Amino acid sequence: MRPFTLERASDISSAIEAFKAHQQSQFIGGGTNLVDLMRANVVQAEHVVDIVGLPWHEISEREDGGVRIGSLVSNADVAWNPLIEARYPLLAKAILAGASPQLRNMATTGGNLLQRTRCYYFYDTATSCNKRNPGSGCAAKAGVNRIHAILGASESCIAVHPSDMCVALAALEAEVRVVSDAGERLIPFADFHRLPGDSPEIDNNLQAGELITAVELPKQGFAQHFSYIKIRDRQSYAFALVSVAVGLHIEGGVIQKARIALGGVAHKPWRRPEAEALLENRSIQSIDARAVADLILEGAQGLSFNEFKIPLARRAIGRALEEALGQEALS
Amino acid sequence: MDPSIAEDAKGPSWHRSSVSDTAHELRMQVNGVATHLHVEPWTSLLDALRENLGLTGTKRGCDHGQCGACTVLVNGRRINSCLALAALQDGASVTTIEGLAQGDQLSPMQEAFIEADAFQCGFCTPGQICSAMGLLAEGRAKTQDEIREQMSGNLCRCGAYTNILAAVEKVLHSEGKGQHS
Repeated sequence: MRPFTLERASDISSAIEAFKAHQQSQFIGGGTNLVDLMRANVVQAEHVVDIVGLPWHEISEREDGGVRIGSLVSNADVAWNPLIEARYPLLAKAILAGASPQLRNMATTGGNLLQRTRCYYFYDTATSCNKRNPGSGCAAKAGVNRIHAILGASESCIAVHPSDMCVALAALEAEVRVVSDAGERLIPFADFHRLPGDSPEIDNNLQAGELITAVELPKQGFAQHFSYIKIRDRQSYAFALVSVAVGLHIEGGVIQKARIALGGVAHKPWRRPEAEALLENRSIQSIDARAVADLILEGAQGLSFNEFKIPLARRAIGRALEEALGQEALS
Repeated sequence: MDPSIAEDAKGPSWHRSSVSDTAHELRMQVNGVATHLHVEPWTSLLDALRENLGLTGTKRGCDHGQCGACTVLVNGRRINSCLALAALQDGASVTTIEGLAQGDQLSPMQEAFIEADAFQCGFCTPGQICSAMGLLAEGRAKTQDEIREQMSGNLCRCGAYTNILAAVEKVLHSEGKGQHS
């Protein structure tokens, strides 16, 4: 690993100040992705600011019935928190579908949002990659692109966001609370990550020197009707080829609210609100899962090795909807 | 661990050179012994354990957090020591494979691995055993499927999974739950 200096921040303002004082700075929390990226020389840092001492380690109930997850709470502590298990089982299930127990013990909530793609070409510094080295080209397009995007990709990048947690957070319509020396702001989850366009080096809409302090969950957790289906090459400890998070709020046999997010298919968790609207205000007996899946996947484009993801996603959406509807649909 | 190494915090002789000005001071309890060493910011906990403290039981497999051979317990929780910066572990309590036995008496998990023939080449075994100790402490695995899932962070290229599962299951369902009797 290239040498860097390391500093422990004791409060928010000194963390931001330390970050801004150097040309190539990185904040470190759990470090599970950053250390790996720095070791592989994919990411270079001159100065690393340790933020683990900042006060974002709590999960707490909000006055409006929602829940706040501090950005430094580990993935394991979120997934196994009694409040999350009871009220947001979709989130718990998605987290436990990702990584390994060791990594979930280390990785933080904020870091999970900021993890980089696992595109092989992004990691291989001998190849061209517009995300790693803007303007150098995309080796994945003509390469082995089996794990790559079928939706929202661009000429310059076909990488996918690797997180499971974020797919659940997209379906839950969480908000990301961030702080900078200009103050605090809340970013709706759908606006946090971005599509690659012609600047794939930018994964999200966080500004330089902004820190994630918390993820805010709204009151509605879809605890009665949810599903997280993850399809991958091995049963555990592998990134999703396709994943689907579904949350339904059903009253009297009628779907009041439906949220569906896909993972493993795009540069960000993929949602199509028009498809969710097809489910809302419909009786559970009268839904057309095929039409919903078709709309979510509208415009999907396969590459030489990932064409299979389109029918896979279509079927996974159907299965996830069936699972989320559960017993009520059968009665 | 040779207590003289830990207590005078010098590490193996080839590391007894003068401390660089970029190094960070690091104090940890390692297997119950207070250690005091100096590490560069980019030194992983894995390298600090192996190279600075001479605790080579913890293995470097992939160095990417993908194989679990480097698993140790930090403050009682299993982590991949290859992805942890040593300098950030100041004040931590670390348990490695060398810390599980009491003198000549192996821990129940070590005994179970031997009894179940849960390894072939043995390279992944320290990580497997530390991971299994973490699994016991977490208390979330009850069934065979849950053990398999929660041991999935540890690869075994010899393919001793069936016997690893048997060893972990035996200790999980034993009275002492892996503690020395």
